[in-house]
Amino acid sequence: MPAGCDIAFTLNGVKRELNVPAGMSALEMLRDKLGLTGTKYGCGEGECGACTILVDGRSMNSCLLFAADCDGRELVTIEGVATTPRGERLRDAFVANGAVQCGFCTPGLMVQASSLIERQPCATETEIRRGIEGNLCRCTGYRKIIDAIATAATEKSHE
Amino acid sequence: MSVLETYRAPQSLDEAAGILREGNVTVLAGGTDVMPQSRIGKLKLQPVLMSLRRVPELRGICEEGGTVRLGALVTISELLESALVRERLNVLWQACDHFASDQIRNAATVGGNLCNASPAGDTLVPLLALDARAVLVSKPNGKLQERRVPLAEFFTGPGRTVRTGAELLAAAEVPLPPRESVGGFYKHGTRPGLDISAIAIAFVARREGKALRDVRVAFGAVAPTPIRAPRAEAALEGRAPDEPALEAAASAALGEIRPISDLRASDWYRRELVRNMLKRVIDHACRM
Repeated sequence: MPAGCDIAFTLNGVKRELNVPAGMSALEMLRDKLGLTGTKYGCGEGECGACTILVDGRSMNSCLLFAADCDGRELVTIEGVATTPRGERLRDAFVANGAVQCGFCTPGLMVQASSLIERQPCATETEIRRGIEGNLCRCTGYRKIIDAIATAATEKSHE
Repeated sequence: MSVLETYRAPQSLDEAAGILREGNVTVLAGGTDVMPQSRIGKLKLQPVLMSLRRVPELRGICEEGGTVRLGALVTISELLESALVRERLNVLWQACDHFASDQIRNAATVGGNLCNASPAGDTLVPLLALDARAVLVSKPNGKLQERRVPLAEFFTGPGRTVRTGAELLAAAEVPLPPRESVGGFYKHGTRPGLDISAIAIAFVARREGKALRDVRVAFGAVAPTPIRAPRAEAALEGRAPDEPALEAAASAALGEIRPISDLRASDWYRRELVRNMLKRVIDHACRM
């Protein structure tokens, strides 16, 4: 029986220590071991972006990341993003613009949008479209999502 | 079924090469290929999963003596953010701009892209056109040893390279092209993001008056490996990129590619793309 690996990392600002099997993905760790089910399992191969999290400040597909590779890193999930001022602005803008239908892609899109706005506070529509290329939404046709991200970005730039 | 037992994260190149020498190792960089390929059984994980992320020697982009060294762990995002890559290796920068999605660019590495050796690998085609070399490191008898392989000899088939099981790809080395170089990259897919190329083209040359010199043309997804097209290059060498020269290059290229039909495109369509888009890529690059 493999012993698994002991890892220590920061999750949404809180230090965590955990023993994980060597082959476990960060997504499985978050959802199944830690109960943070806001991060969604969509395709499991990096195509859909539903499992997007921030790792050391950069957005990544948690389904493509080994849990063991999280050792020493800083992870932020949708649960962490949601409590930041930017996350709150994004949530309000998604609601106001009707950017949520089934809601499955929403956590990943909010994490990706948060990362996008942080890097490009004055993102144009083209830049927003490019920025969410890795997030699939099968309901909305993206128009309302793009509007929501633009709304949240504009509010920030007015601060 | 995976037999993966342990995860190891060496902290130096020396330590990593030592672990590799012990055998039964799957090398992990960004994970964007290793994870999905192991899930579907395309890649059989070895008992030891060795993550390279703590090996400092594999990081960073630097230029010295006319050679740019791209550490194997440099991510696609880091290439995009590098002024040196954008200004001096623009053909590579263009390919990175078309690479998958932001989430994958933040994790995927140049070393992983090279070792995965997909015929459609996005950075492989511009690196071939830039005459890059793979730097392979091993520790055969207690001492680190390096060998350099031109990328044109690095790939041996889909997913296969000349890298042995005891070797690590440490870096890609790219001779810095002269400032008067021109270059262009084109990737054909059905959508801009997250698409695997139906074909990819990279072109690099130096302008001498109107004439093109040191012409290099590379293609992706039209043969079992990414390829250089020496006959297309010869058709352009020393000539101005006018219609007859471009036509000659396109005809030569059609004799050098061996496309297959798959779910992304038929072999006929790939040939049509190469014939038309090679001319456009060169023409566009030379008008810039």
